[in-house]
Amino acid sequence: MATDTSTPAKELNHRYEGIAKVTGKAKYAAEFSQPFPKANLLYAYIVQATIPNGTIASIDRYAADLAPGVIAILTPFNAPKLNPGTPEPPARRNLSLLQYKDVHYNGQPIAVVVAKSLNEAKTAAQLLKVKYDAKPAQILYRQRLVDARWPKNPGKEPAGNHRGDVQAGFAKSAVTVEQTYITPIQHHNPMEPHATIAWWEGEELNVYDSTQYISGVKMSLAKILDIPVDYVRVVDPVVGGGFGSKGSMWSHVPLCVMAAKVTGKPVKLVLEREQMFGPVGGRPSTINKIKLGASADGKLLAMQQDVLMNASVMEDFTEHSAGPTKNLYMSESNSVTEKVVEVNLGVSTFMRAPGEAPGTAVLEIAMDELAEKLKMDPVQLRVVNYAEKDPSHDRPWTDKHLRDCYTQAAERFGWSKRSPTPGTVTEDNALIGYGMATATYPANRSAAQAVVRMLPGGKMFVGSGTQDLGTGTYTIMAQQAAAGLGIDPTLVEVRLGDSTLPKAPVSGGSQSSASVLPAIQDATTQLKLKLADLAIADAASPLHGLKTLDIEAKDGKLFNKSDPSQTDNLVDLIARNGNKPVEASGSAEPSESKDSMTSNSWGAVFVEVAVDKDTHMVKVRRVVGTYDIGRLLNRKTGLNQLMGGVVWAISFALYEEAHIDPVYGRVANESLAEYHVPVNADIGTIDITVLDIPDVKFNPIGSRGIGEIGITGAAAAVANAIYNATGKRIREYPITPDKIMLA
Amino acid sequence: MNTFSYERATATESAIHAGSAKGAKFLAGGTNLVDLMKYGVESPTALVDINHIELKDIVAASDGGVKIGALVKNSDLADHPLIKARYPLLSQALLSGASPQLRNMATTGGNLLQRTRCYYFSDISFPACNKREPGTGCAAIKGYNRIHAILGQSDKGSASGESCIATNPSDMNVALAALDAKIEVEGPRGKRTIPFVEFHRLPGSTPWIETTLKADELIVAVTLPPAKFSKNAYYLKIRDRNSYAFALISVAAGLELEGGQIKSAGLALGGVALKPWRREGAEMTLIGKAAGPEVFQEAAAALLKDAKGYEHNAFKIEMAKQGVVRALTLASQGTTEGMQA
Repeated sequence: MATDTSTPAKELNHRYEGIAKVTGKAKYAAEFSQPFPKANLLYAYIVQATIPNGTIASIDRYAADLAPGVIAILTPFNAPKLNPGTPEPPARRNLSLLQYKDVHYNGQPIAVVVAKSLNEAKTAAQLLKVKYDAKPAQILYRQRLVDARWPKNPGKEPAGNHRGDVQAGFAKSAVTVEQTYITPIQHHNPMEPHATIAWWEGEELNVYDSTQYISGVKMSLAKILDIPVDYVRVVDPVVGGGFGSKGSMWSHVPLCVMAAKVTGKPVKLVLEREQMFGPVGGRPSTINKIKLGASADGKLLAMQQDVLMNASVMEDFTEHSAGPTKNLYMSESNSVTEKVVEVNLGVSTFMRAPGEAPGTAVLEIAMDELAEKLKMDPVQLRVVNYAEKDPSHDRPWTDKHLRDCYTQAAERFGWSKRSPTPGTVTEDNALIGYGMATATYPANRSAAQAVVRMLPGGKMFVGSGTQDLGTGTYTIMAQQAAAGLGIDPTLVEVRLGDSTLPKAPVSGGSQSSASVLPAIQDATTQLKLKLADLAIADAASPLHGLKTLDIEAKDGKLFNKSDPSQTDNLVDLIARNGNKPVEASGSAEPSESKDSMTSNSWGAVFVEVAVDKDTHMVKVRRVVGTYDIGRLLNRKTGLNQLMGGVVWAISFALYEEAHIDPVYGRVANESLAEYHVPVNADIGTIDITVLDIPDVKFNPIGSRGIGEIGITGAAAAVANAIYNATGKRIREYPITPDKIMLA
Repeated sequence: MNTFSYERATATESAIHAGSAKGAKFLAGGTNLVDLMKYGVESPTALVDINHIELKDIVAASDGGVKIGALVKNSDLADHPLIKARYPLLSQALLSGASPQLRNMATTGGNLLQRTRCYYFSDISFPACNKREPGTGCAAIKGYNRIHAILGQSDKGSASGESCIATNPSDMNVALAALDAKIEVEGPRGKRTIPFVEFHRLPGSTPWIETTLKADELIVAVTLPPAKFSKNAYYLKIRDRNSYAFALISVAAGLELEGGQIKSAGLALGGVALKPWRREGAEMTLIGKAAGPEVFQEAAAALLKDAKGYEHNAFKIEMAKQGVVRALTLASQGTTEGMQA
């Protein structure tokens, strides 16, 4: 039976879980009050270290133990001993589970107070008297760049990468740009903070957890607790955002599980907003020395980027901000290095578009500077250096239509009206500027599984152990399942976020839709075969006695391909089957092409800013972005996700920075009043379009993930627009009014 | 949060009586106090809820001024016809502060007592803050001090028990300072009126004492003198984002013009000191002169005289000067709707 992949699935006009969310019926991890007796639920509160380096000498718990409602207090002096050894994937994080008395950063979990109410737990926590043997701490990596070293575990990408001879390239360049660009430490702040409820039923562990990876939490807990994987169940039906911070398991999950074990009761542990700044990761700061060399006609002859970043003394994490320099443009040669400087801060982690977000933010300013030196239009410079194939692997792309993105977005934006001379366009007291940049993010895919069922009454079920971070996974799963049998997607019931469902990968790296939908497609193909066989075997079916391959499905019916008037309604077929559902499983692996071709998404983003001449405040008035992301699966959820990415890029450009206290090593601005992200007044119009050209060499759905690409490129487009407006080139993010004033 | 008793007062007298108990605090909008209680910075033993006392009127006074009840919400005050017509400076300042949700809760009296946003004050994990724990020092001096003071601060070194470089975060206060408001208070010893400039205190050697209000006194009203700046007023707020951000610097500028000559002026700076920053000398440079950039620059220089910046906030000195000139320029061009948030 042929699978028609060229016809897009019918779209849902609304989010599958939208009504449940806006009516308060959707349950987030911390909101469950079943199946355990609600009265038994205890509340845990994490106590954090208040010094950046040293050891805990003692914890006087006398007053806290006597405080009302306190059930248990876990400290390094009494906590259950766990499976020793450093965590391995998928628990890639060096966790703080009260197994040692060392303090590596200010904010590290050092105790857990469990009480009958949250307020009682918090109040008792303040009564703990912790004594430390403090040691000198290293806080600000920018003061210690001489200590930079290669990362111990750089991940997939090598920390040093060289192609061709950059020195020769620079030597023959007619024009060079050499500058240093800086990006700050940022912390993910999803609307829903990390939250866990854990309870034990005998040997078996149940966990409600706000996570991007239920299977990861399951495997990590089993490893840490040294229990069989099958003893752990993780449930997570809706997630209020993750952005990478919930991609790997952090300390609070096992701490909650330990508290449940010690007390023998269900325990809830929700991080406070302030606790989101340190113990659950963040994006490291990067210092990027970039040198570009080009011929007089703009051809890149050499690109060099040397990156230094902060890393926690607990664990290396490399932010690959040099990534775009390797493959965004066709340069004759390139050379990148990425090194880390250890400091007493929490562990860094993936944050929306790790690598590409800061990478494009810095490289795309350098490209703007190069265009100016060449007296060339910034779009033209990018077209001149268009990478027809992947320069870093010297192999073809599965698909690429970036040129069309530049053309379409420039046209919609009105780029031709840009004045190439900075500081020449004014409106009242404001300087107006235009800027642009390229967006890029790799297309990823992993193995995934799904199950589908044909139910009585023409309804369908689809399930997969994936997650919906608020991005539309439910919606596109319903669409994909429905497409397989040609039924209306509103007839599909979707389940995800439960580790008893077939396994799916982490919802990170923009890979969920690209991984899970092909598995659903495979499952519906298997289901169609089973339903066809059921009809063939059924003497009452009009399709009785046909061959399996003669039968196709459409509009809720099976039909004979050679004589489409011969049909069997799926409602009738299941009814005659005694209303017993028919189930099929499916799975999908990355395409064969992954070893011979590179899959990547692209975009072109144009920005207009107004900068007040006296206050130096910036308003991003317009953003126009056109993206090549393969097939768009759902207009509402897809464009919304790209738009959200652009909003975050504006945040990257203008607002967001964790300010580390230089003495104590805490994030000083650890609240959403002081850690700035954009508010409505900061955002003008955002016009997002997609080319919607399926990339079928990447996967049979033709769709590449869109979770991250929106945040790439646009930050540099803002920076370049500010330069065009003011003639001031700010090379350190975020671009705040004082930096513009002083430049 | 520690346990505390809660009492609802329905009259000024009973509120003052309940509020005079040791450890008691008045609860109005709760937008600042309740947060600080959650952070463990404030731990009152008793809360006296004054929201049910009739201190919610805005009335025209016989002298041509206006009397504002202490419990008038920020949003009601900003939108009141009397305030918009006579004191647009105050209306603009209020609307530039916080968010609509917060302005719907925050009160006039409470805003006067809004505490600093200094990180080292609001996070009890930092061991040094003289305002929170007298004698512990000031972590901000060697810390991250971008939002801190450049004028009137007390800096005897980070270890000194007298040091404090915090700022007053209120926008409303800056406008009230420029408008020469007065604050009416009542206490067990009766009523008194405090001129605005005398209400907030600079840190001096006692950073933990922030106002001249006594612990058992209740703010009942704010009065404004007859309006002088209704035609030429501007509140300028320079901040890191376009709404819901505290001022890097702000300027309340009011001018009384007569044939292009400045007859009188009200000028105050926010975001630079532990109280709205006024200097009579700065206003004197304006009076009797024709409105124009050079006079405005002179006023700015006078206002910022002796300013001292720190590692992360030295920019405020120049930014404040530019802000003063801009605000005075806009004020001299005539009151407009001003900034919204």
